[in-house]
Amino acid sequence: MTKIRFATVWLAGCSGCHMSFLDLDEWLLELAQHVDVVYSPVGSDIKEYPDNVDVCWVEGGVANEDNLELIHQVRAKTKLLVSFGDCAVTANVPGMRNMLGGVEPVLKRAYLELGDVTPQLPDEPGIVPPLLDQVRPVHEIVNVDLFIPGCPPSADRIKATLEPLLRGEMPQMVGREMIKFG
Amino acid sequence: MSVCTLTIDGKDVAIEAGATLLDAAKEAGIEIPRLCYLEGLSSVGACRLCMVELAGTNKLFPACVTAVAEGMEVRTQSPKLQNYRRMTVELLFAEGNHVCAVCVANGNCELQDVAIAVGMDHSRFTYQFPTRSIDISHPKFGIDRNRCILCTRCVRVCDEIEGAHVWDVANRGENCEIVAGLDRPWGEVSACTSCGKCVDACPTGSIFRKGETTGEKARDREKLEFLAQARQQHEWVR
Repeated sequence: MTKIRFATVWLAGCSGCHMSFLDLDEWLLELAQHVDVVYSPVGSDIKEYPDNVDVCWVEGGVANEDNLELIHQVRAKTKLLVSFGDCAVTANVPGMRNMLGGVEPVLKRAYLELGDVTPQLPDEPGIVPPLLDQVRPVHEIVNVDLFIPGCPPSADRIKATLEPLLRGEMPQMVGREMIKFG
Repeated sequence: MSVCTLTIDGKDVAIEAGATLLDAAKEAGIEIPRLCYLEGLSSVGACRLCMVELAGTNKLFPACVTAVAEGMEVRTQSPKLQNYRRMTVELLFAEGNHVCAVCVANGNCELQDVAIAVGMDHSRFTYQFPTRSIDISHPKFGIDRNRCILCTRCVRVCDEIEGAHVWDVANRGENCEIVAGLDRPWGEVSACTSCGKCVDACPTGSIFRKGETTGEKARDREKLEFLAQARQQHEWVR
């Protein structure tokens, strides 16, 4: 049987969803029999998002130019895109900067007003990606095929979502077991 | 006392005239989602979640403020109603700033509960990220308007049960907000008795006790039920 080409990406989130993914513990060995991890911050060291990915789980909202470029690549090269966790689904905590109204007030607040030692605005073109005006949920930028809210989704819920996918079925996101915000 | 007979989702129900469709559904053991309704308070039909279908008309009716009538055929679940209810909940999430992960009511929130009930796994409406205010001037409580869904339970519980009428709804449309003492800092409103009934009535984490952190909000709903029914049942102490 050919293995499923599996990827995960990490946009504007705390990596907690990926940590929760690693909480699958020994079931990761089972998963590894069914998938090739072709791109993932916790599962491979590949820097370029590859072609022909079957499934990609996306953690985090879209907050900067790098996130935006990567999510468009992911969508173009992936069959099934999964919005993984509250930051991807709602923008969540990273999205709280949206209430400050744009990039400039956010940077001033974080780096000048709250900067207790040598306050200065970050300025490294080509290295530090510019922020987008607002952090947006993934599905407001590209089409999303499956949503798993949660901060983070528990390993049990991640497993209950992966198992049908491995059988080639879409998981049913209904009820308290599968839907949980926060 | 005259009695009306009607059917709800095919079930026969008999209930006194003057009762609402929500009362009748409760009698029949049928759950209808709602957020602004709270037993013991007047009903206002604000949240639009309890909309039901009546045979013979295309119009939808809010069950909490629609009186029963003889021979009514009520449907509480249909693809159309389920679709509208899900959209209503999605709109509530999109128009406020509901960051469940850092909310006092996380895991103990009626907005989260209805999201699950209507099968909402994301909002299809664009998040508005509105600018809303927080008032922590009261020594015991706070109000975070980011989490408010304008159900007006706080307005009604304070007016109708406590009799203090601290809260009102100010402004229109997207600028609508709950204000204390005709828009003064809550802590300066002398009419407030600090009873905390608004905290217990609030379905989300919008009105909370100070010192509570993520997921810690607990409500004393039994207190409100006791107060609403005690006189009728001649219970003078709880």
